[in-house]
Amino acid sequence: MSTGTNSTPLLLIEGLYKAYDRHLVLKNINLAVREHEVICLIGASGCGKSTLLRCINLLEEINAGAIYLGGEAITSGQVDADRIRQRIGLIFQSFNLFPHMSVLENITLAPVKALGISRREAETEARTLLERFGLEEKAGEYPDRLSGGQQQRVAIIRALALKPRVLLLDEVTSALDPEMVGEVLTIIAELKALGMTMLLATHQMGFAYQIADRVAFLDAGAIVEEGPAKRVLSQPEHPRTRQFLQQVLAASPLSPAATDDRALPVEFAGMAPFAERG
Amino acid sequence: MTAPTAPPSRELSPEQVQALLRRPPLWRQRELQRSVAIALLSTLVVFGVLGYVISRSTGWRDVQRAFLSPSDFVASFPMVWDGFLLNVRIFLIAEPVILALGLLLAVVRSTRSPVLFPARAAAVVYVDIFRGAPALLVILTLGFGMPALRIEGLPNSAIFWGTMAIILSSSAYQAETFRAGIESVHASQRAAARSLGLSNTQAMRYVVLPQAIRRVIPPTLSGFVGLQKETALVSVIGPLEATRQAQIYAGMTFNFTSYVVAGVLFIAITIPLARLTDYLLQRTAQRREIGGAV
Repeated sequence: MSTGTNSTPLLLIEGLYKAYDRHLVLKNINLAVREHEVICLIGASGCGKSTLLRCINLLEEINAGAIYLGGEAITSGQVDADRIRQRIGLIFQSFNLFPHMSVLENITLAPVKALGISRREAETEARTLLERFGLEEKAGEYPDRLSGGQQQRVAIIRALALKPRVLLLDEVTSALDPEMVGEVLTIIAELKALGMTMLLATHQMGFAYQIADRVAFLDAGAIVEEGPAKRVLSQPEHPRTRQFLQQVLAASPLSPAATDDRALPVEFAGMAPFAERG
Repeated sequence: MTAPTAPPSRELSPEQVQALLRRPPLWRQRELQRSVAIALLSTLVVFGVLGYVISRSTGWRDVQRAFLSPSDFVASFPMVWDGFLLNVRIFLIAEPVILALGLLLAVVRSTRSPVLFPARAAAVVYVDIFRGAPALLVILTLGFGMPALRIEGLPNSAIFWGTMAIILSSSAYQAETFRAGIESVHASQRAAARSLGLSNTQAMRYVVLPQAIRRVIPPTLSGFVGLQKETALVSVIGPLEATRQAQIYAGMTFNFTSYVVAGVLFIAITIPLARLTDYLLQRTAQRREIGGAV
């Protein structure tokens, strides 16, 4: 597998084009994600963030370009897509837990059936993960008995159970009630602290500011601006980025009053740069 | 004009709240009494009018003698019952095969792989033919046609071919029921399964099918009821099942009470199935109300 040095990106996207029918949704996407790096994709709804994540997870076929995971071309058609997906976790906006399975079964299904781990071992690991993220009591529950925040945390644990090399998160807090956003963001922050490589599509600018190493702004299917998170979010260079950020911050100013501070971990509560600018 | 004051607090004591929770609110009680009264009255009126019209008709005495003779009921019961056991046997043999075949056809039709195109096409043709053709025609064709071929090793029994015909036509219906269930499972479930590295087959087997089958249990049970009745159709090629036995009794005695016996038996066996279907549907509806966040 690939090295841990920062010179070779863990995930490399080169000249990616994606079209649905005759409608181009991604244009010449170039992005490198190094190991342990967290990159946030921002942009208006329909700008192609989700499609990009689905392309990386090989849920969508791309029309041109290439994606490399640890130096291996995964879009060449020669690879076993199931094996690749086991190493790229994808978390959905709508959780997508399996409603007919308990939390524990949701988590152990793929390790047992796809990786061939023994059920006992998979369950032990699943319980360890549940305990670590404070959900050990929910192991036997069915998804419809959990709150949205709990469901999304289980979905993240389900992806982690496969020990993925990179985690793709597709607007994972957008379907949540405001008071549950914090618990999910906390998990993501913990994962960053553990060194997980992540690519997030998000509307939470304050969170992106706090957690992302770099931010890429997508507009109409193309990356318009990309750079260090704090620079792009506080001093956007491209007029489109500036316009987008102004609109987002006007719609939901990131002052402490707009978000429930008690639900947010302390380090995310301080969003001063935005409060001042807004 | 006085300054507006806050309305006086009318907080109920804990005992009063408990009492509220124990019995339905007053308006609900009144509504319930009203509904019971209306239902009772309308039932009396409808059946009163029906009973009056029927009993005053000129042929009522003859019909009563021909269809509702207690002595003929008792006399024909054993032979109709014997026949009915054959209906039950055909049902018990056919239903598991129908379920298995229906599921297979539905899964085949839901595949996307180009390699499986011939299988998909065959499944479509199969369903089109046997769902389109009247069951009676299939029974007649197989029942008289297959034995006439005189192929070595093929059974000649009318019961065998009758059961085969029923399996063919019902499995086509059951396949469509299962397919509707498979289609009803949201695409995001399959996407979630695939994103976890499960293969297409694994996603179908562990994620899509369990949910699909659960959803189509009520219509499938409804199909059970239909099949139980359909077994009567095999009588046209000879087997001595309930309707055929009833027909024989009527032919011998010129009394048709035996048909009523057969009818009672068929209805008696389908009622529990119908109630079970109702119960399951109600349970599903309740779950939806509670709102499984899926």
